[in-house]
Amino acid sequence: MSSYERLFDIPIGPQHPALKEPVLLNLKVDGEHVVDVGVDISYNHRGMEKAAEYRTYVQNLYLIERVCGICNIAHTLSFGTAIEGLHGKPAPERAKVLRVLAEELERIQSHLLWLGIAAHEIGFDTLFMYVWLDREISLDIMEAFAGNRITSSYISIGGVKRDMTPEIAGKMLKGMDKLEGRMAYYRKAISEERTVLKRTQGVGLLGAADVASLSAVGPFARASGVAVDVRADDPYAAHELVPIKVVTGDGCDVFTRIMVRIDEVVESINAIRFCLGHLPSGPILQRLPRRVPAGDFLSRVEAPRGELTHFVRSDGSDKPYRYKIKTPTFSNIPSLAKMLKSTGRYVVNIADVPVILASIDPCFSCTARFERIG
Amino acid sequence: MGLRNWALRKSPWILHFNTGSCNGCDIELVATLTPRYDIERFGMYLRGSPRHADILLVTGPVTRQVRDRIVRIYNQMPFPKSVVAIGSCCMSGGVFSNCGKGPCYNVYAGLDQLIPVNAYIPGCPPKPEAIIDGVAKLLESMKATKRKEGTPDEPAQ
Repeated sequence: MSSYERLFDIPIGPQHPALKEPVLLNLKVDGEHVVDVGVDISYNHRGMEKAAEYRTYVQNLYLIERVCGICNIAHTLSFGTAIEGLHGKPAPERAKVLRVLAEELERIQSHLLWLGIAAHEIGFDTLFMYVWLDREISLDIMEAFAGNRITSSYISIGGVKRDMTPEIAGKMLKGMDKLEGRMAYYRKAISEERTVLKRTQGVGLLGAADVASLSAVGPFARASGVAVDVRADDPYAAHELVPIKVVTGDGCDVFTRIMVRIDEVVESINAIRFCLGHLPSGPILQRLPRRVPAGDFLSRVEAPRGELTHFVRSDGSDKPYRYKIKTPTFSNIPSLAKMLKSTGRYVVNIADVPVILASIDPCFSCTARFERIG
Repeated sequence: MGLRNWALRKSPWILHFNTGSCNGCDIELVATLTPRYDIERFGMYLRGSPRHADILLVTGPVTRQVRDRIVRIYNQMPFPKSVVAIGSCCMSGGVFSNCGKGPCYNVYAGLDQLIPVNAYIPGCPPKPEAIIDGVAKLLESMKATKRKEGTPDEPAQ
């Protein structure tokens, strides 16, 4: 029973210090406790899927990359896999391994980015600055390897655009050693730092049963003990060859999500080392015709935030008939709404809302695939 | 160049607003705040409220849903104020500027259709060095130009 006379509405967003992207959280609060939440993710809707129908497949490569700047390689990988699937000609073996390499490198920078943002949301800006300084190591490698820091345009239809050279491989191995040391340091520092523990342990709880029934994906689901990972469940590119351990935790809170992501960075470092040691020789790109055979194809990729699904329907021309994207953040929004509601002894304070929101690693630019009307 | 102009150039507070960006420009903008690039060397400080900000940094093609918000944020900022458009999308629509006939149905393709823009930073996304360069040039131009007469709360010089 409420101790206050009435509930209040607190809108957070679309412009708010705690948010990096335009999203509207309509909180209903009873005193200090959040009892209900409405999420409006329509601010980023740009008409991406419709735009894809106006372009040829080659032009779409550059459009699809800009669905999300952080996980651009996951998006282009999914797009490339789908088009190659329609042709029935998978990429060459060397390109497959290079794709995994690029993808894991992107996962490292994305998880480090997230770790910094999470630290910022709990007011621990020192950690934010340290993590983002270390993130530059992975971005330097990305620039040398793929050609650009963020939107790298690395993956092409039929393979990849740049080959690996021994100099870049050496630089990469050196960078991985450095990052591994830093990750061990962060793991120790965060699990002992009282500021972090007080703000994250027992915050944003969501049990395994809820996570499974709300179809959550990615590191967020794995931190609640649900081992879903497309890399292991439905291997794509060269993931049959690259050994990957699915990192899970059973804390179900924000702290466990931090730990799971730190461990995943270490797993990605190991995967990159494996790829560099087992790089097959051969071509990196095969030429495919401009016109794509008619048919449907659905490709799944494990983006840094979770399972990413691309669906393409071709009518035999050089432009897609329909393109559909389902992003991991979209799958995690129902879980977010559930986590933000106080029920029984589980209470959500207003001060915890930013870090709970950050804990699903939201990327609303990926997500806004529809618009609310009215 | 009075004392106020000097203070403004030496300590511009910035506000970031994402108008439907793909996050590429946003993370590069956040990277400029972090130790490698450290934009605070120029006295810049990221603020959360438009009421405190001198420079508005905008990323992304302006979506229809966000139009009212960006205009309101611009109006809430105190004079004198500057606007910087970061990235190709914010300048001209970028990849969203040509979808069949004209821009995509839900974007305006260019911030300057809605609010006046003082500086443009090209790139997709621009590197942190480019963002620092653009904002530093904006500050330099503030030194040269005299304030327009008759702007609110600003007496004519």
